[in-house]
Amino acid sequence: MGQHHYRALLSLVTLPFLLLVCFFPAVAAQTATQESFEQGIHLLKSRKFQEKNRAVELITDSGDPRSMDVLQDLLAGKLFLLRTDQTVVQVKSAKGGYAVTGVLQQQDLGTLQTRQLKKITINNALRGALKSGIAKINLQHPDPGVRANAVESMLEEITADSVQMLEELKTKEQNKAVRRELETAIAISWLKGNDEAQKLKALDTLSGSLTPVVRNELKKITTQENSEAVQKKALQALHTIEAKVKWYAKLETLFFGLSLGSVLVLAAIGLAITFGVIGVINMAHGELIMIGAYTTYVLQQCMPDHIGLSLALAIPAAFCVSGLVGVIIERSVIRFLYGRPLETLLATFGISLILQQTVRSIFSPLNRSVITPEWMTGSLAINPVLSLTTNRVTVFIFAMLVFTTLYILLKKSSLGLQVRAVSQNRAMARSMGIHAAKVDALTFGLGSGIAGIAGVALSQLTNVGPNLGQSYIIDSFMVVVFGGVGNLWGTMLGGLSLGIANKVLEPWSGAVLAKILILVLIILFIQKRPQGLFPQKGRAAE
Amino acid sequence: MISLFASLRGDRAGIILLILLLLATVAVPVCNLVVPENSPVHISTFTMALLGKYLCYALLAISVDLVWGYLGILSLGHGAFFALGGYAMGMYLMRQIGDRGVYGNPLLPDFMVFLNWKDLPWFWHGFDMFWFTLLMVLIVPALLAIVVGWFAFRSRVTGVYLSIITQAMTYALMLAFFRNEMGFGGNNGLTDFKDLLGFSLQSDSTRAGLFIASALALAFGYISCRYITRSRLGQAALAIRDQEARLRFIGYRVENIKLWIFTFSAMLAGLAGALYVPQVGIINPTEFSPLNSIEMVVWVAVGGRATLYGAAVGALLVNYAKSFLTVTFPDAWLFGLGAIFVLVTLFLPKGVAGLFKKQEAHR
Amino acid sequence: MISSSSLRSLLNREEVFPFLVPDIPPELDLSHGVILYLEGISVSFDGFKAINDLNLYIDDGELRCIIGPNGAGKTTMMDIITGKTRPDIGSAWFGQGINLLKLDEPEIAAKGIGRKFQKPTVFEEHTVHTNLELAMAGDKSVWKTLKAKLSSEQKDSIYEVATLIGLKEQIRTRAGSLSHGQKQWLEIGMLLMQSPKLLLIDEPVAGMTQQEMERTAELLTTLSGQHSVIVVEHDMDFVRSIARKVSVLHQGSILAEGTMDEVQNNQQVVEVYLGE
Repeated sequence: MGQHHYRALLSLVTLPFLLLVCFFPAVAAQTATQESFEQGIHLLKSRKFQEKNRAVELITDSGDPRSMDVLQDLLAGKLFLLRTDQTVVQVKSAKGGYAVTGVLQQQDLGTLQTRQLKKITINNALRGALKSGIAKINLQHPDPGVRANAVESMLEEITADSVQMLEELKTKEQNKAVRRELETAIAISWLKGNDEAQKLKALDTLSGSLTPVVRNELKKITTQENSEAVQKKALQALHTIEAKVKWYAKLETLFFGLSLGSVLVLAAIGLAITFGVIGVINMAHGELIMIGAYTTYVLQQCMPDHIGLSLALAIPAAFCVSGLVGVIIERSVIRFLYGRPLETLLATFGISLILQQTVRSIFSPLNRSVITPEWMTGSLAINPVLSLTTNRVTVFIFAMLVFTTLYILLKKSSLGLQVRAVSQNRAMARSMGIHAAKVDALTFGLGSGIAGIAGVALSQLTNVGPNLGQSYIIDSFMVVVFGGVGNLWGTMLGGLSLGIANKVLEPWSGAVLAKILILVLIILFIQKRPQGLFPQKGRAAE
Repeated sequence: MISLFASLRGDRAGIILLILLLLATVAVPVCNLVVPENSPVHISTFTMALLGKYLCYALLAISVDLVWGYLGILSLGHGAFFALGGYAMGMYLMRQIGDRGVYGNPLLPDFMVFLNWKDLPWFWHGFDMFWFTLLMVLIVPALLAIVVGWFAFRSRVTGVYLSIITQAMTYALMLAFFRNEMGFGGNNGLTDFKDLLGFSLQSDSTRAGLFIASALALAFGYISCRYITRSRLGQAALAIRDQEARLRFIGYRVENIKLWIFTFSAMLAGLAGALYVPQVGIINPTEFSPLNSIEMVVWVAVGGRATLYGAAVGALLVNYAKSFLTVTFPDAWLFGLGAIFVLVTLFLPKGVAGLFKKQEAHR
Repeated sequence: MISSSSLRSLLNREEVFPFLVPDIPPELDLSHGVILYLEGISVSFDGFKAINDLNLYIDDGELRCIIGPNGAGKTTMMDIITGKTRPDIGSAWFGQGINLLKLDEPEIAAKGIGRKFQKPTVFEEHTVHTNLELAMAGDKSVWKTLKAKLSSEQKDSIYEVATLIGLKEQIRTRAGSLSHGQKQWLEIGMLLMQSPKLLLIDEPVAGMTQQEMERTAELLTTLSGQHSVIVVEHDMDFVRSIARKVSVLHQGSILAEGTMDEVQNNQQVVEVYLGE
């Protein structure tokens, strides 16, 4: 025990010394860096591109902390010369001209006009050099992610001579992902060399890589290479890659399908509950979704500084608001129309019109955009050809959570038991002492509340507008019809499969035609199974 | 023919409706064409076109009532049949424009020239002939009705399921007609019509002719529907509405009866659409929108299901209210329409016609 | 070779292609004196066997009573005969030549099987007259129905049946306003209008008074002879009053068959009904 303490103490004491020792040569080197950086900047003043090229090399290799900034500015065309004394300056556009800063002294030179400045021009070759220069500097970056990206962006510039530098980098590199990138880079530079054995080895490494540069290189090889063995192998590698790309494209379609499907499930599941339990087609269901989405919007307006929190609060809030509206609809209209499904359909349609117009009057007919919290933007890059957008992944997971919760609720809770009892035999349930009217209202509230939750999810995917509900209602009906009435699993499977079918058909036939095809397919499907995927059987079905 | 009119026996409301129609066919054109403009009984061309439009709606409402009131099929897709009839007429009117379009192409309608099409699509051929167009006005909606009906009725899809299928049908068609590649003018639809059978659509006398044609079509629609509903087939249809399964067990092919009546109704709707288009001067994909179809149902609900004349009256009432409200309180119309849906289903299940019947019963 | 022979068959003008031959099932053939054969029929709903290897033969002109406890499969059996439910296995023949499993409800009805439901189902919005008119035998195609006009003979037969079922006074009454017993009678009247060869009658006397019951018994007995009748009934007194032969259905198959006395003394039947 004591020994451990002692060691820790020792390392604490010695660390500064060690650092000092390490830095001493670095200090010496610093002056050298500065020199080559200054020399590079000086060379930039030249009119000759050759010299500018040398300048870029010098600046890149200088290791000066300013070099990255300078290179980027040069690439972006923000590096100028002062017409008066040829000082190299960095320029930002500002009010009434350009804010100018000297590069070497970092001194502020105030705001100048265009005619006092002369742009340092670059050509394509220089642009390439700049890019690889930037990448090269990034290779030293402490963040392995930046390093890996740097290697990737260098791939295009790699030549047969880059091998040595890359090998060096690889021996120093600790991070696995960066090493893998480096291996790819080395393999590419081998391919560009002349050694057949190396080329074959390189092809082994590259086979299966999804980086676009690799694919281009391989294509070049298959047409330009002299050695038959290499050509053949390259072709093989290319095939492997293309098969992989295709497979990932399919995965992507599947993902989009699942994403759309999860939205459909969310939108349809409330409908399935109300339809299944009370036999009521609620045409205002879409508007209940819309109300949920607007609840999210309003909450966000109330707390613009806490987007994430407002979204979290929107879930229960939307459930309550939509659920409440649902209960009001049920108590005021629907309960008088039980046993007359067609009339209910018409009445609820009327309600949907009223709700739409109400929202239009309050919020204007324009679409409102709901801000997505930071963590839900962007995408999960699985590999260069497959990346999943975070908000869609989130909505998918969310839909599954809602489904599971609902499933458990209906299976385990006493409300669930009563709901199922009423849906199977209303008269019987009533005679067993179940307050059917209360169950109806609660079920309707539950279905509506879930519509509200669906609205929260939808607000993260599309704009929120008065027509939001309408665009989903027919699809939701299709899901319910397809999945079978009053069956949660049916809704789930129906929604997901319709979503996937839509996305699979889309590239083949276009989005609109895909939708039409799906509708036709469902009509045909109903031929075979009029009761949906999971029909109730026997005499009870009548 | 005689038996057609015999079916009107005892139908007081129907006879009143027909007499009013007959009066209108004479009075409205006369008031428009003969009566001088400064006279208080003069009817402007605008009003006459509006009335003609209402008559088309009334015919459409009767076709909806035939399937909903008498057969129990709540069709939420009758707008599709109406629009198809309208498009068929629109295609004829487009072909009539000839080289007077903006681009002056003698064969291709403007929108096709705009899309750089070189040839007339195959389904546009023949629409330069009026008789062919008239045939298509009836056949195209009928074919759609037969296909959808055959699939749906054979597999015994009923009730709300059927309603949703019909709604999906019109929705799918709307999506399809919005596409430029379909060859029906995409978003903008068909418009800028010039003349019909050589008569300018701008002239008052052509308008009057269209009004008379609409009134006659409505009368024909009413009498033929009345004939069907009074026949034993009509009784069987009512039996289907109330006890579909039972009718099967006494030997009727329920799906055939449904298919025939549904198809006939679709043809009437197509006819209404064909008369509607030259009077409003445009047909575009929004006619397919599910909202339109469901509005038709509410006309029938307001007027009274299973009364035929009630459907016609309902169409006139609701559309008059719509014209009035959309001009005076544009925002209120959807509130009003929504309220009509709710109130009629809750408090007036038999519609306006039901009110009259009740009063008669009291006397 | 093959193509040339098929070409020849195409050119053969006497040839009628199989798909053009109208698919008309043969007419009722009663040469063996048996009107209905149900053989080896089983049907299950969600694993529950409603009918289990059922065998039943009905003679031409016979009046057969079928009794059995609730859930024995009586209604399902009728559903199978009338084409509402398709069995999983087994065969059902009407006479010698008509395969019932290939026909749907209207076709079976047109072949001459009529059915009265357990719950009286008449067209409530229609008058008694229209109910009978709709049920009347004849061509029930769409066009014929549209143009149909009652001949004086048909009018007479409607009045005749209305008299027989005791609803002559109510002939213009809406069926919905009839009493329960009257609806039962109307339904039997509709059966008669169909003039079927085989009548399936599900609980005809439920909700009837003693007097009505007697008249029903009388009616059913007069019917047998020219028609074959299958009666499903719970009321034992009623069954005793009409039945010559009784079949006991239990758990989806025939448990016993014979006269009422034979059946009542059958040990198994007693066990089923009395539970030991």
